[in-house]
Amino acid sequence: MATTVENRPDARTPAAAASRRHRSPERRDRRLAALLLSPTMLVLALVVGYPVLAGFRESLFTRGQELDADGFVIEGERFVGLDNYTAIFTGDRADAFWNAFFNTTFFTFTTVLLETAIGVAMALIMHQAFRGRAIVRAGILVPWAIPTAISGLLWRWIFQHDGAANAVLRQEILWTADGFAAKGAVIIAEVWKTSPFIGLLVLAGLQLIPREVHEAARVDGASAWQRFWQITLPLVKPALLVAVLFRMLDVLRMFDLPAVLIGVNKDSVETLTMISWFEASNLRYGSAAAYATVLFAYIAVLAYLFVRLLGADIIGEARQAVGKRGRARA
Amino acid sequence: MRRTPLVGLFAGLALALTACGSGDGGSTTAADGELTGRGPITLVSGKDRSGNMQKMVAGWNAAHPKEPVRIIELPDEPNDQRQQLIQNATTKSDAYTVLSLDVVWTAEFAANRWLTELPKDKLDTSKLLPATVKTGEYRGRLFAMPVNSDAGLLYYRTDLLKKAGIDEPPTTWAQMWEACDKVRALPEGEDVDCYLTEVGKTEGLTVSAAEAVNSAGGVFFDASGKPAVNTPQARAGMDFLVGAIKDGRMPRAALTLDGEGGRRHFQSGKLLFHRQWPYQYELANADDGSSKVAGKFAVAPIPGPNGPGAANLGGHNYAISAFAKNKATALDFIKYMTDPAQQKADSLATSKAPTVAALYDDPELIEKYPYLPALKEAIQKAQSRPVVVRYGDVTAAIQSAFYDALGGKTPPDRALTDLQSKLAGLATP
Repeated sequence: MATTVENRPDARTPAAAASRRHRSPERRDRRLAALLLSPTMLVLALVVGYPVLAGFRESLFTRGQELDADGFVIEGERFVGLDNYTAIFTGDRADAFWNAFFNTTFFTFTTVLLETAIGVAMALIMHQAFRGRAIVRAGILVPWAIPTAISGLLWRWIFQHDGAANAVLRQEILWTADGFAAKGAVIIAEVWKTSPFIGLLVLAGLQLIPREVHEAARVDGASAWQRFWQITLPLVKPALLVAVLFRMLDVLRMFDLPAVLIGVNKDSVETLTMISWFEASNLRYGSAAAYATVLFAYIAVLAYLFVRLLGADIIGEARQAVGKRGRARA
Repeated sequence: MRRTPLVGLFAGLALALTACGSGDGGSTTAADGELTGRGPITLVSGKDRSGNMQKMVAGWNAAHPKEPVRIIELPDEPNDQRQQLIQNATTKSDAYTVLSLDVVWTAEFAANRWLTELPKDKLDTSKLLPATVKTGEYRGRLFAMPVNSDAGLLYYRTDLLKKAGIDEPPTTWAQMWEACDKVRALPEGEDVDCYLTEVGKTEGLTVSAAEAVNSAGGVFFDASGKPAVNTPQARAGMDFLVGAIKDGRMPRAALTLDGEGGRRHFQSGKLLFHRQWPYQYELANADDGSSKVAGKFAVAPIPGPNGPGAANLGGHNYAISAFAKNKATALDFIKYMTDPAQQKADSLATSKAPTVAALYDDPELIEKYPYLPALKEAIQKAQSRPVVVRYGDVTAAIQSAFYDALGGKTPPDRALTDLQSKLAGLATP
């Protein structure tokens, strides 16, 4: 320990002492901030940190999978290391995992893409000044207000073999059987439900754009299309990216809509959460925790990439402000 | 460096909590044998739709003011019920005393030591239909007392069969298809679907698959508990279902229908033969306009390849939670609820099938439920779904194999070989 103290870079050189004096109010600030934030951090550790760690720990164990001579389950849990993880990627359950992985990813990309396009269109409509705008705004928000399980039921009636969808199309498509049509049904129902969310956030972004910017562009002879691409979209981008990020995180853990609309245990719509749920409901908690941990890691990676590549940075402004202040002081 | 104390705090906290969480190693083994303790208990069951359960419990409570029974109603879906019961068991809570268990859950619940073994000398099972008693047993030991039974029946349209010149319901698959072709040749039978059984990807499909396979003489697991679906008999059962869809005798839409969807189809008058549980009888006979087939149908045992088939056994049993208090009261209460007089009253009020054999010959019951003789025959021949500890996995595997074969995704041969190897991994001998 003594050497550590002696080797500290700021040990006793006049310059370092000066800079230390210079920095100390900042350090006091930081200490106060840490103190003030610690209750929040404590709560976060309890409600976020603990479940994540406990889930990871659970995923390293197995229990209740063997019977004794009398036919009773042998009690107690057994440490199996990473066996639950290797079972996910290899062996006879790997097919189910990759299928669910593909479905989850497929739903994420298709629905978020469609939702973004439709949501932006909705926001542009809601942003126009016209009679009855309030009614249109309220109407667009109705799907978002309906609980997912209820809208799942609603769409199941629409998609049943003698339901409204087939009546309109004049064909008998078995939407809720296990097949490609089932994927389509889930995408339609999901996009219907969540486009308003993107619409709402984008509308908030649109309302922050000063009217003069558009007027100036119009005076300069920009077409409606040019105004949209070169003014509206860049200015609304921060709000849009946050909306897309939220939707992405949400759809990656989708469970209730496909479960209610198509049913659990159907390959064409099985998502990673559904596999994890199935494992847990069959008392393989270790394996369920392993699936959940894999999903958690996948979501974390995608969110990180999204933030990095597209700059959808919810805390970006705050960080910039801190950075600027730091630089000003230095 | 600055953050170290905080990080350390979190890590320490998390470790401490994790340690607390893993402290459930101490096991309370199921105290079988001794059923002691008297006092208030609970009865945990699905929805009491008719209100008759409440009435029966009120009768008990009036006679036993010091040992009152409180009903805890669970959700309607069997899977949700199972989830809640398991949750209660894994937390070793004493909130649930008497559990109403679906017949297929006995093995799983008994093997996990969630149930108290019932004393065979104190419960009289000799008057019950033997098939129902077997559903309450695990490895020869009684864990649950049968309270009501159920078996699949063939509903058929008497009016259409008569027009086609057929007096008797079919007893074989071939006779059924033949009758069907004759009816469809009639002008009024043109747009009538021939046959329907539950083949949506739910527990109903496992029931249909088991009925087809058992009727053809096959089994999912043999007597020693080893999977045995790779047999000509099982193949014949699967071919019956796959062929029915392929030939258009069973509508393709059946792949998306549940039990209630099938009932609506039958009640709309567009279905000739329908495999369904007894509960449909009264609903399809309702003369309030909800059913177009009231008075135009009858029931018979389900057909098989060479004569009557093997129906599937449903129903519920009462068991005592291993973690409950007042087990002596619970045992007396089970005796009271499964008593012949109570079963008869319950049957009259709810149309649930009794487990007491003599009640099937009771004139009052037969007058109200003319299908009882057919049902008795069905239950006596009925077979249960696989009795396995990992029932949830087994039923999911069976559903997948049959659903993919029915939908044309996998050829029947491969479906059965795949199922055989899947079940091998799930069998717990």
